[in-house]
Amino acid sequence: MKSHPSTKVRAKEVGIELALALCSSVSILTTGGIIAVLLLESFRFFEEVSPSQLLFDTQWTPLFLDKHFGIWPLIAGTLLTSAIALSLSVPAGLIIAIYVSEFATERTRRFLKPILELLAGIPTIVYGYFALLFITPALQFVFPSIGSFNALSAGIAMGIMILPMMASLSEDAIYTVPRSLREGAYALGASKLQMIIGAVLPAAIGGITAAVILSAARAIGETMIVAIAAGQQPLLHFNPLAPVETMTAYIVQVSLGDTPHGTLEYHTLFVVAMMLFLLTMGLNMISLAIRERFKRMYR
Amino acid sequence: MEALRAHDHFPEVRPAPQPAPRKRPLLARPGAERLFIFLARFIIASALVVLVALIGDVAIDGAARLHLDFFLNFPSRKAENAGILAAWTGSLWLLLLTISFALPLGIGAAVYLEEYGKKNRFAKLLELCIANLAGVPSVIYGILGLQVFVRTLGFERSLLSGALTLALLVLPIIIMATREALRTVPKGYREGALALGATKWQTVWTQVLPVALPGIATGCILAFSRAIGETAPLITLGALTYVAQVPDSIFSPFTALPIQAFNWLSRPQTEFHTNAAAAITVLLTFMIALNLIAIVIRAKFQKRQR
Amino acid sequence: MKSSVAHKEIEAPSPTSETKTKTEEDARVDVATKKIKINVQNVELFYGTFKALHGINIAIPAREVTAFIGPSGCGKSTLLRSINRMNDLIDGVSLTGSITIDDQDIYAQGVDLIELRKRVGMVFQKSNPFPKSIYDNVAYGPRIHGIKDKDVLDDIVHKSLMRADLWREVQDRLHTSALDLSGGQQQRLCIARALAVNPEVLLMDEPASALDPRSTSKIEDLIGELRHDYTIVIVTHNMQQAARVSDSTAFFYEGSLVEVGRTKELFTKPREKQTEDYITGRFG
Repeated sequence: MKSHPSTKVRAKEVGIELALALCSSVSILTTGGIIAVLLLESFRFFEEVSPSQLLFDTQWTPLFLDKHFGIWPLIAGTLLTSAIALSLSVPAGLIIAIYVSEFATERTRRFLKPILELLAGIPTIVYGYFALLFITPALQFVFPSIGSFNALSAGIAMGIMILPMMASLSEDAIYTVPRSLREGAYALGASKLQMIIGAVLPAAIGGITAAVILSAARAIGETMIVAIAAGQQPLLHFNPLAPVETMTAYIVQVSLGDTPHGTLEYHTLFVVAMMLFLLTMGLNMISLAIRERFKRMYR
Repeated sequence: MEALRAHDHFPEVRPAPQPAPRKRPLLARPGAERLFIFLARFIIASALVVLVALIGDVAIDGAARLHLDFFLNFPSRKAENAGILAAWTGSLWLLLLTISFALPLGIGAAVYLEEYGKKNRFAKLLELCIANLAGVPSVIYGILGLQVFVRTLGFERSLLSGALTLALLVLPIIIMATREALRTVPKGYREGALALGATKWQTVWTQVLPVALPGIATGCILAFSRAIGETAPLITLGALTYVAQVPDSIFSPFTALPIQAFNWLSRPQTEFHTNAAAAITVLLTFMIALNLIAIVIRAKFQKRQR
Repeated sequence: MKSSVAHKEIEAPSPTSETKTKTEEDARVDVATKKIKINVQNVELFYGTFKALHGINIAIPAREVTAFIGPSGCGKSTLLRSINRMNDLIDGVSLTGSITIDDQDIYAQGVDLIELRKRVGMVFQKSNPFPKSIYDNVAYGPRIHGIKDKDVLDDIVHKSLMRADLWREVQDRLHTSALDLSGGQQQRLCIARALAVNPEVLLMDEPASALDPRSTSKIEDLIGELRHDYTIVIVTHNMQQAARVSDSTAFFYEGSLVEVGRTKELFTKPREKQTEDYITGRFG
């Protein structure tokens, strides 16, 4: 076989493949970069503060004179707002998913999809505005004692923000349930709801769990809504009507404060970010593993 | 009905005595299904109401401030004199720079994974990283940008740092959207080109990418519409909230619409809240326009597919 | 393997031949003297651990039509796709043995796949015109191989479409989308597209299976035209088609080559029971 044009052509092909591989390696570099930055700067923090203080102190006051570095108030704030958000978005998202996949006509579906996409695409600062200047005033009618910054309104806004994601991921999970399962349930004389609850949901449970976990990760990592509407008081409580500070809100607070580079306060930024990263990455990986297993089940 | 009438005519024909009628289980009653459908429709309607309220609330609050001066003024201590000139020009610069970084990298990575993808360790690691990055909170990207671009590489709090950070943030979304689009290209196009002696890259460049283009465009527009709304990473990066200049190079300090809005929103005076609403309205208008473009492209594309 | 012997059985060297005029009577002599274009020796092909081809030996003569027949899943398409190494695209496929074209091993190290596929054109079961104009479809091959001159391209497109018997139907709308053509026209366009790079071998994978009878007969006529200039290998599940268009026929069953011979003989006096069962429609 002649090979006169091939050396040049082949060199070009190899060059292009290499360039493309390089493009994709950016993702590996980014992941590595995040881990390296967080580890290095957190290490600086632990040179001055012992990990046990981080884990066993119950106060978080690194920006004050009397410094305490117990991360629990931030974690509690994060969990509280996330729990409120999930208790709204999980049931509502699941119901929408079931409705869309089992009851809705094609037309409804086509109408609903862009709405959910738009709802998902709205910048979180808009949700923050909405929580602070719409939801909180509305809540004040019901709970006159509620503060102008509170966990509840931020949680509600976050729940609405997560709803589209929860709905579309659950719908994907329900969609993969094979027809034969549905037909099997019907053949036994099940009603539609019985079929859904007895056959479809148990079969889709893996995907739905993955959706819930991803929603949780999203809630934990959400920043602007809580920074605007939940307040900046790192207090250890579970009262939805009172202000809280989440991990993300703390990061925003420090960033806005022009904290000098290299100080202990500056390093707290990375410690909190590290906790946040570990938490969300853990949830993401669990969700990914569940989805993988689930996918294999129906192949 | 039929059965009843039959009984009337032939009263002597009695059905065999039935066992005491068992109540149908809750879920099997027709009422249950109707209730469920009602509930679902109620939730969907509520979501719609929230969407309208969300946009309407902001637009109504901000409408008073939306005149030409608002677009031509720099921020000011007086709410009514303050404008978004630095913010919208900053956002535009950011958007263009982010696109020029993220688009080639993202599409390149997607093509590599989808078309060249060998099942080796590198590819596996890559998949894992991308799946993971897609779920990393945006503030963390801000922290990365702060340490790498602002400090280590010395780009300061410039447009360049901001755009690079946002590019890394949208990269996984672009990669995933592009891969999805590449997967819809029929196998026959690839085989046809290869069978004619096309090289891999010729096949990708002349057959696969043109066919996948509308899908890629849709996905990327949605990704970039997300990028211009991002606030948290830019704040973490240390983007300034008071900037009184239009950026003139990639090393200029900058502000952006969401940052400006956040700054106004976090002031106690309500006049500044009006400014925030107006800035958000501008941001939303731009974003919804981008979304509409994506929807139109998708609709056209789907029609052509059939 | 008994099958490979089919061609080599008569080793009567008759240096006189390579005559274009051939009659049914001297068909057997013809085989022996025909130049062998493609030689498949001991080919075994695996999909992962599944053995899809079992020790295939077959010699395919130049400038003739060879048909591969057999029930679906018998390996005929797999073997066909090995001849231009399209199977390389599938993960986990491995091949042992050798396939030579003009005595060059196409699986040897350093073989240029691009050069190979230029020499060995392929037409697929499902017509796959690119979503471009008719002209651009045909010009695609020459262009990627570096021809830019408009006049040269025009000429290639014209000639290829003529050869594929499509020119008259499309000459007025060369720049309209190829996707607007009928199924039969699309398939002939794909043949024209393959011819445009000037191949020596043409592989056809059930080229008419998705077409109506009229389009099918047009394709078959076309194959009859092309046989004088190209070495054609056609996979078909339609035995009548094999009988109509091919000079030799190879019958495959469960990954093995059962029998190969001149088409007329194979269909009238099959040597193997399995072949007979298949061609008489007892299974398949």
